[in-house]
Amino acid sequence: MNGPHDLGGKMGFGPVAPEDNEPVFHADWEKHALGVTLCSGALGLWNIDESRHARESLHPADYYSSSYYEIWVKALESLLLRHGCVTEQELQSGHAREKAIMDKPPLAAADVPAVLARGGPCDRPAEADPAFAVGDRVTVRNINPSGHTRVPSYAKGRTGVIEEAAGAYVFPDDNAHGRGENPQWLYRVVFTGDELWGPQGDPSLTVSIDAWESYLERA
Amino acid sequence: MTNSHDHDHDNEFDPMTARVRALETILSEKGLIDPAAIDAVVDTYQNKVGPQNGARVVAKAWSDAEFADWLGKDATAAIASLGYTGRQGEHMQAVFNTPQTHNLVVCTLCSCYPWSVLGLPPVWYKSPPYRSRAVMDPRGVLEEFGVTLPQDVDIRVWDSTAELRYLVVPMRPDGTEGLDEEALAALVSRDSMIGTGLAGATA
Repeated sequence: MNGPHDLGGKMGFGPVAPEDNEPVFHADWEKHALGVTLCSGALGLWNIDESRHARESLHPADYYSSSYYEIWVKALESLLLRHGCVTEQELQSGHAREKAIMDKPPLAAADVPAVLARGGPCDRPAEADPAFAVGDRVTVRNINPSGHTRVPSYAKGRTGVIEEAAGAYVFPDDNAHGRGENPQWLYRVVFTGDELWGPQGDPSLTVSIDAWESYLERA
Repeated sequence: MTNSHDHDHDNEFDPMTARVRALETILSEKGLIDPAAIDAVVDTYQNKVGPQNGARVVAKAWSDAEFADWLGKDATAAIASLGYTGRQGEHMQAVFNTPQTHNLVVCTLCSCYPWSVLGLPPVWYKSPPYRSRAVMDPRGVLEEFGVTLPQDVDIRVWDSTAELRYLVVPMRPDGTEGLDEEALAALVSRDSMIGTGLAGATA
């Protein structure tokens, strides 16, 4: 979706504000936001693509006025509601009022290190030969799905060069919406600054994106 | 209160504390999460997994040409050999700075970041100013970190739009020939492994 999250090349957000000796967390609730998000994700009711889509689906005014952990918490509420883990009444009262929809044991503290160390690899066996080869010139299709996608707007319609065919990976546009993993070849595509930003682009700049095969067409 | 849920039950807390506490309470009461697991997650990223991991990878690459070669060809395996694996580091790629090319990593679409080697991302990495400008005006962004690159150095920006996670291997500072890996690792800042800093500098 052409949502508020799609920030490459946007203007007006001001300078970057690096913080000296930045702490890992800026408030105690941020620790809980991280922990509740990861433990809820371990229920297995949604995948990383669906959770990213929940975050980018916040209203733009809400997205831009929220810190990143606030975005996480708001998106987590919508995921938990969607999957029947909580009700609006429960969120308002702050306590459980109904039985849980599943009786799977929760992620145990003792299992956390192993679960985090394992992660969630999303490479998959390729089901077809890659359509493009290193060195091919490709153009990013001008596609504007209303659902989740990982095409950054600034690259749409732009032409670059395939630098690497990185293997087949779960296709997020489908996976985010329960349509299956449908793995596709993933390519690293490199663009010049001039191609992306016109004559005022930095002549010393190149930018790469990682693009699934269906995002691309031969130039 | 102005947030969407009126937490009158715990109005002694600030709105986000109340909101997260409500979620945690409901899910715990339903047996869907174990509060002790939350503590274990936080302990992992506060005390165990952080940029000290990436610094060890870089220091080894500086010290061991064979390891650097492996890191360039199969970063996931080379990094795993040092014990760093897992969430948001499943598919790693190391990108090496050279006198000709400086690498900079961003995620314009969200906050993708190599957790297994750098830990959780800093606030600025997840915020609109960096995400919007890194791909368009990287030299301007670098100036805000106090880094000025010579005009004849090319800049390559890696937008993490998929599940590949990038670790910048900064250039080894001059005058460090006699240092062991531990001393070298101390020169490798988090920002130098994102590309918003140089090794040997603080931050």
